[in-house]
Amino acid sequence: MSYIRKPNITYKGRAKNALGLSESSYEGTMSTLCAGCGHDSITAAMTRAFFELSIPPNRAVKISGIGCSSKTTAYFLSQSHGNNTVHGRMPSIATGAAAANGELHYVGVSGDGDTLSIGLGQFAHVIRRNLNMLYVIENNGVYGLTKGQFSASAAFGAKTKKGEVNPNPPIDPVKMGLALGASFIARSFSGDKNHLVPLIKAGLRHKGFALIDVISPCVTFNDHEDSAMSYKYAFAHMHTAADLIENKPEITADFPEGAVVPVTMHDGSDIYLKKTDPDYDPTDRARAFEYVMRHQEKGEIVTGLLYIDESRKDMHAANQTVAAPLNTFPYEQLCPGSAALADVQKRFR
Amino acid sequence: MEPTNTSDPDYFHRVVDCQWACPAHTAVPDYIRLIAQGRFADAYMLNRESNVFPGILGRVCDRPCEPACRRGRIGVEEKPVAICRLKRVAADHRGDITARLPTAPAQKNGKRVALIGAGPASLTVANDLAPLGYQCTIFEALDKPGGLMRSNIPSFRLPAKVLDEEIGYIVDMEVDLRLGSPVRSMKALLNEGYDAVFVGSGAPKGKNLDLPGRQEAADNIHIGIQWLESVAFGHVDSIGKRVLIIGVGNTAMDCCRTSLRLGATDVKVMARKPRAFFKASDWELEDAEEENVEIVINHSPKSFVVEGGRLTGMMFEKLEYTVDDKGEITDQKAVGDVFFPADDVVLAIGQDNAFPWIERDLGIAFNKWDVPTVDKTTYESTRQGVFFGGDAAFGPANIIWAVEHGHQAAISIHRRCMGLPVTERLPRGVNLRSTKMGVHEWSYSNDFDPAARRKMQHVELTQRFEKLDVEVELGFTAEEAATEVERCLNCDIQTAFVPQLCTECDACIDICPVDCLTITPDGEPDAVAARLTVPREVPSQPLFVSSPLKLTGRIMVKDENLCLHCGLCAERCPTAAWDMQKSSIHIPYAGNEPGGHVPCQQRKAG
Repeated sequence: MSYIRKPNITYKGRAKNALGLSESSYEGTMSTLCAGCGHDSITAAMTRAFFELSIPPNRAVKISGIGCSSKTTAYFLSQSHGNNTVHGRMPSIATGAAAANGELHYVGVSGDGDTLSIGLGQFAHVIRRNLNMLYVIENNGVYGLTKGQFSASAAFGAKTKKGEVNPNPPIDPVKMGLALGASFIARSFSGDKNHLVPLIKAGLRHKGFALIDVISPCVTFNDHEDSAMSYKYAFAHMHTAADLIENKPEITADFPEGAVVPVTMHDGSDIYLKKTDPDYDPTDRARAFEYVMRHQEKGEIVTGLLYIDESRKDMHAANQTVAAPLNTFPYEQLCPGSAALADVQKRFR
Repeated sequence: MEPTNTSDPDYFHRVVDCQWACPAHTAVPDYIRLIAQGRFADAYMLNRESNVFPGILGRVCDRPCEPACRRGRIGVEEKPVAICRLKRVAADHRGDITARLPTAPAQKNGKRVALIGAGPASLTVANDLAPLGYQCTIFEALDKPGGLMRSNIPSFRLPAKVLDEEIGYIVDMEVDLRLGSPVRSMKALLNEGYDAVFVGSGAPKGKNLDLPGRQEAADNIHIGIQWLESVAFGHVDSIGKRVLIIGVGNTAMDCCRTSLRLGATDVKVMARKPRAFFKASDWELEDAEEENVEIVINHSPKSFVVEGGRLTGMMFEKLEYTVDDKGEITDQKAVGDVFFPADDVVLAIGQDNAFPWIERDLGIAFNKWDVPTVDKTTYESTRQGVFFGGDAAFGPANIIWAVEHGHQAAISIHRRCMGLPVTERLPRGVNLRSTKMGVHEWSYSNDFDPAARRKMQHVELTQRFEKLDVEVELGFTAEEAATEVERCLNCDIQTAFVPQLCTECDACIDICPVDCLTITPDGEPDAVAARLTVPREVPSQPLFVSSPLKLTGRIMVKDENLCLHCGLCAERCPTAAWDMQKSSIHIPYAGNEPGGHVPCQQRKAG
């Protein structure tokens, strides 16, 4: 970690977004993570994405569980709402918050332990509910805060820093998401912001549960030669199936027709998927599953927007809840009194 | 792209904008840190090594360092560090440093050098050569040493005491200073058998303005630099109530402010062009305007108006200019005449060097402008053993340039006297040394301080005109100095990068407060420049380009323009691929040459 706060400097030529804010308005407090931690890069990507989307900081909510990853919500969007919750229980708090106010941008930050071990049940159910939120897993394959034991996402046969071999196969959040019916599934790498930032932006615009699994090397416990989640391994084994590009490209030799697939988002705007592999179809769940499996067997990390379905209803729509935030209603309407309660109860007798 | 060659001493030197811009390459961040530590005497001695006159220059330097200062480039409202006035802090509080000054050795080396004019250039040559055992003789026409520093810079800006002290440090090294001894014949001087002659006689001829009425009103028309000299030596002690100053350079500023102290109440500086084209430094204009001097633009002198044999004013042609997008004048037209009443007029429109005392048959070639041909590296004329420096060499510049000329001429004189070729000179060097002291400890104050530039306090207007020599600037207080030193960004603490160690984690890029770093695929310079995190604002500032990185073959690129030298990249780097390293630029002097007293290898890193 560093002991010096990043100064806020409005240098000449600093970019402003549509709200007239510079990126520093989206930063948070000083990170206390290890120097070189992948999580800090994801933090920077998050800052960049919110800045570029010109989301007013006070219209965002950050929720996290427990762990190195879950600390990072303090390091971006210091002017947003936030709740650092109970280990593995972030989805429940997010569900409650989103139920009360569906108009805000919800960002959940979790880790491989918080999501795939203690929080696996909550994770499965929030996918099922298709809660309208961005759920980012900062995935490093180890329990960093407890000195580097294997987590549930560590590769089969991978070694710890001290040389112990992992006897168990990993739980892959992407394949879980595909199996459980998630409507937006992506994987990226903290070391490649050109890849990660567009995915975060698309995830924030997706109406429903957007899952991004980000390989985020642990510099202290899992960045060694025998690691399958080191910077070296990730750079060497990234296999991009479908890249997101921001603007519609002109059709050229680099972008032949068919290589770029527009996907219309819920708000009516388009995002563009550049298929690096013509085999890939991000709207076909079964083929996506097969594709990820096939490349994983070769030791590759399949990255990109792996699956998207903009047609599925989110939690509010599925439950036909009221669209307006509950805090906009007068108290009498939110709590109509015992007479109204008696009236409701009578209907069930 | 071609990786940056950081072993070239000029690369890291250039990053230290102030030191690079200073003609004498004073190690500015070094001495500012010494001031911050309260080591005023050390700061003074470090200054003296390169600029010889810290007390003088801390008041009146033209400060090319300040417009170059990185701090002034950062934000829209940011101003440069008050480098010049911090130098004065070191000088004001240095205490007794006489024991640390260089001395002349008892054993002389048998070489005699004649120096013409006791200005900053000659004094610097004596300063560099006397400790090596040279017998230096300075010939000065006036009754006091200092040259233009004494005769043209008014004492309310530069007190005589400061001049006397710093000139004394040099003369005390057994220098033979002959006052009131103008050299009237170079031929006669050369016949005296000196081993080398240095001409540092300045540019003493003020330009005249030969307009109608000039002869009739001669009594009330003064040539600026001669008039200032007369004031400095007490020959002139009054001027009329209404004064017009013609010209708008720094001499004009000294003339108008001096007029106010000699009894003038209505002083106007008349400029031909708009303000953007003024030659005077901004701060000198500000100081004059603070004293209620009016600066009148777009008026070109036409004639001196004389009535009854006495000057009554001047007629000007009012001009209008057409200025293009680049700020250059493309057209001008006259829009009528205007009369300005005046009792006296001071001409401050420039000065020339003049050498009526150098015979033209001595092998010293003069060019078509009748100034000597001087080599820009060695400062030697076309006659071996005769050197020129200061304003005498290439026309009017400023004190700090004269000092640098003096250093370089001293090297040449030494090499000439030692029988070494003058064109072969010691190269500059650079040393790098890590400032890392612990996991998160650096041996410099790297935290960015957002304080604004301290404003120099001045003596009240009512008091400052009482006497000619009331120094206007009060100097920084301890608190002001303490704040100002922290504004320095320590540009000499360099970001040194080792590409083999980089794991491309992006930590440095994420933490950089000014977004000056980029990791990007290699390519043509234009393509790489187009992919920078933030577009280049100042293309004249270099890009640092690393060799290919180990994991992906991409390159690390750093735009040197905005780097704050805060060290956060090195703080956040997990593999110490970035380190903050103190660069010490070695500038060779005569003493470092063979036969000098401090061989280059033994010089300590700053």
